[in-house]
Amino acid sequence: MAENKSLKLGFDVAGGDFERAGEASAKIKKMLKMIGVPADIVRRIAIGTYEAEMNVIIHAGGGNVAAEAFTDATVITVSDKGPGIPDIEKALQEGYSTAPDHVRQMGFGAGMGLPNMVKCSDEFDIKSVVGEGTTITMRFEHISEDL
Amino acid sequence: MNLRDVQKLLDATILTGGELLDRTVETCCGSDLMSDVLAFTKRNTLLCTGLTNLQVVRTADMTDLCAIVVVRGKIPSEEVLEAAAENCLPILSTESTLFDTCGILYKAGIRGCLKKECSYGRK
Repeated sequence: MAENKSLKLGFDVAGGDFERAGEASAKIKKMLKMIGVPADIVRRIAIGTYEAEMNVIIHAGGGNVAAEAFTDATVITVSDKGPGIPDIEKALQEGYSTAPDHVRQMGFGAGMGLPNMVKCSDEFDIKSVVGEGTTITMRFEHISEDL
Repeated sequence: MNLRDVQKLLDATILTGGELLDRTVETCCGSDLMSDVLAFTKRNTLLCTGLTNLQVVRTADMTDLCAIVVVRGKIPSEEVLEAAAENCLPILSTESTLFDTCGILYKAGIRGCLKKECSYGRK
């Protein structure tokens, strides 16, 4: 990607702060729209980023949400120093969730977050170490499917 | 069908976004589960829901929904309505239940998002 100029945007998000949950994703979405990334791609990036941001707020006690937009693709990196995920394979299954009840009452915690991130992105990578934290990287090609 | 038609069909009150009622409604989703809204909608979907928290507006913003219909006569807080206004997201409120709301819209020709339509990108 070194041949490409890029635009970077990063936000620290606080754990448990449901009032502001989604603000980082919303700002990233606005930026991508502004620089002319196709609307259908922006939507996928926003959904993937928002799912990851919610996870950090729900599970990790806070972390960082960063976007790097190149001409041909956007890379989202969401990292935290939370408890880590003991069984990633299980966490990637639809319907598997460890979210507490108060999160479910807000309409989240259905065990769709990680599978949705995988679906939305063109490339998905997750690294997690128990007791150290989790880093998710998603790459989205700027190839619109809109006619 | 546009939001004005939806408002008439549901005898709904417009809580915010009255200037945006010309928006076309392509499909509809009835859910209180924002996780599902994130996974199974496409752009310009109308969301019918009983949830009234800030996350509904955030979810609608992320997924480019066209509007929200709040069911069972609920009224979201001022804070939620302000956030919706900032995001140009109309919110309507109807006395009907979620089931009835969906039924009325279905009868009028609106359909849900097909799973294949909301599949993402190249997967």
